[in-house]
Amino acid sequence: MVAKEQGKRSQAILKYKIMSKKKLEEYWQKNLKLLTKLLVVWFVVSYGCAILFVDVLNKIQIGGYKLGFWFAQQGAIYVFVIIIFIYVRQMNKLDEEYGVSEE
Amino acid sequence: MDVQLLTILIVAATFILYIGVAIWARAGSTSEFYVAGGGVPPLLNGMATAADWMSAASFLSMAGLISFMGYQGTQYLLGWTGGYVLLALLLAPYLRKFGKFTIPDFIGERYYSQTARLVALICALFVSFTYVVGQMKGVGVAFSRFLEVDFTTGIIIGAGIVFFYAVLGGMKGITYTQVAQYCVLIFAYLVPAIFISVLMVDNPIPQLGLGGKLEDGTYLLDKLDQVSRDLGFAEYTTSHKGKVDLFFVTAALMFGTAGLPHVIVRFFTVPKVRDARLSAGYALIFIAILYTTAPAIAGFARTNLLDTVNDKSYSEMPAWFSKWENTGLLKFEDKNGDGKIQYYNDQNLEFVTSVAGPKGWEGSELNVDADIIVLANPEIAKLPDWVVALVVAGGLAAALSTAAGLLLVIATSISHDLLKKWLKPNITEKNELRAARGTIAVAVVIAAYFGINPPGFVAQVVAWAFGLAAASFFPAIVLGIFYKRMNKEGAIAGMLTGLIFTGVYIIYFKYGAGTPGQYLFGISPEGIGTLGMLLNFAVSLSVCKYTAAPPENVQRLVEDIRIPAGAGGASDH
Repeated sequence: MVAKEQGKRSQAILKYKIMSKKKLEEYWQKNLKLLTKLLVVWFVVSYGCAILFVDVLNKIQIGGYKLGFWFAQQGAIYVFVIIIFIYVRQMNKLDEEYGVSEE
Repeated sequence: MDVQLLTILIVAATFILYIGVAIWARAGSTSEFYVAGGGVPPLLNGMATAADWMSAASFLSMAGLISFMGYQGTQYLLGWTGGYVLLALLLAPYLRKFGKFTIPDFIGERYYSQTARLVALICALFVSFTYVVGQMKGVGVAFSRFLEVDFTTGIIIGAGIVFFYAVLGGMKGITYTQVAQYCVLIFAYLVPAIFISVLMVDNPIPQLGLGGKLEDGTYLLDKLDQVSRDLGFAEYTTSHKGKVDLFFVTAALMFGTAGLPHVIVRFFTVPKVRDARLSAGYALIFIAILYTTAPAIAGFARTNLLDTVNDKSYSEMPAWFSKWENTGLLKFEDKNGDGKIQYYNDQNLEFVTSVAGPKGWEGSELNVDADIIVLANPEIAKLPDWVVALVVAGGLAAALSTAAGLLLVIATSISHDLLKKWLKPNITEKNELRAARGTIAVAVVIAAYFGINPPGFVAQVVAWAFGLAAASFFPAIVLGIFYKRMNKEGAIAGMLTGLIFTGVYIIYFKYGAGTPGQYLFGISPEGIGTLGMLLNFAVSLSVCKYTAAPPENVQRLVEDIRIPAGAGGASDH
């Protein structure tokens, strides 16, 4: 198993070496950029809307919910789910674009 | 048929289901035993992860806690879901690409150090152990309360079931059993919630129902705020304490979630890197179904409770009231002898002098245990007996699935990280598998023993498990992936700093002389893991700056895990 595993790995590494190092760096940078954007949203809805600015948002009422309370006990959780699925989609696209997805 | 018999039948039926699944999915190799051969489809893995994640506490206690805490309960809702975003974006895909079995494995190889591996191993064992003992206790409670079997017998039955499928099936058996357990527990959670939502606000979706209108045309939440104020409690929907602690506790739970060994290991079980990302998404959907229902149950139950009991005569109480009194979860003491129940906030001095005193109230007369909210829900809403039985089966499913996942991490840590990677590197696969089965067997027995005789530190499981996971693992793993220059000196120094700082703080305030007045920046022990994590990051980066860069092959490993292509099956070594 050891040989097989190492073989697989070095084969994969070889493949990347053929791809220019610059391209891989570009792939990683794009990944980081996407990550940063999504984590900002993650932080804003959870720590921002649900905690730090909850009092301000609570002045707005939608149906029976005060908006801040809604973010804290419902909304932020929905946004978390959406964030992950956006990430999955964008990364799959990025993987294809740079030819690094698993076949 | 009476509730008792019905409950036994439904619980027995679910147990037979779990055993059947376990026999079908037994493990043949170490890879199957540790990570289900890396072949679990993402949707099913998401379900299994959700069951693994949602413990007896999530199922039985959380809605109750929120019910009493109101807005402040947000820390659990966000803390125990937001971590999945971090997992999906920062950890899961890369760890899957790395393709080994455990966190100590990753730490050991990425930081080319047996010391780092050992530190990680000890943390993983400690975190998993405190956690599993709590689950065993949950199993015992569920059994003793509903089936009227003795607490100890309950734990032994529960441990027997886990023993059977964990020893036989390893991760593979556990994963497929957890899929079944998820279905049982979510069904059991939603049915009463939907019924109650229809009953109270005429809306079959509890998530919308919480924002709905009551029969008299007022919004449920407005009414709840109103009634709470009238009884001297804080408003249900608004924040009334400092934000600092809420912020830190939420963060500790989130980052802790992302660093918990039994959660991370789930992402080693899927076939591909893209599946690891997707699987985290599915897991969060399945978790969110329960976590967005919980606040609705909390709000409904709180309204119901205040409505039913306050200033009503004791003799008019419905049947469930006396039933729950018998269990000790509900206690009534007629302090002023007027035959009525006064339930209000007797810690609120202003309210006591201005309202309660003049009315002749001599202290709040009702003591309600938080667990009752979920347990008594079906009865309060007058639901049929089979729903009551279902909730018991659901609670057991939640406790058993989490216990099994944790036991596997414990067994893997010992047979793989300690034995194979440390003491006996030449051990054959057959013997390693035998050792893994043996350790899981021993771990079940020890966990059952401590479930029956819980050591004092277990009560603080939340502070310990999440604080330590956030302060030790999370920074080491994230830096290991995102900072190529990170070396072993930095990582070890960081982990030790996080561990010692967080550990000492928790010990000082939970077991030592510390009082809440002395909290650092007002942060409670539950939230201190966040500060420990920040310290870990700071120390890691500074130490790393003044020590040698990691060797070439480690830097190549980092480059390799950043790219999905070439992820093999989880390797057998």
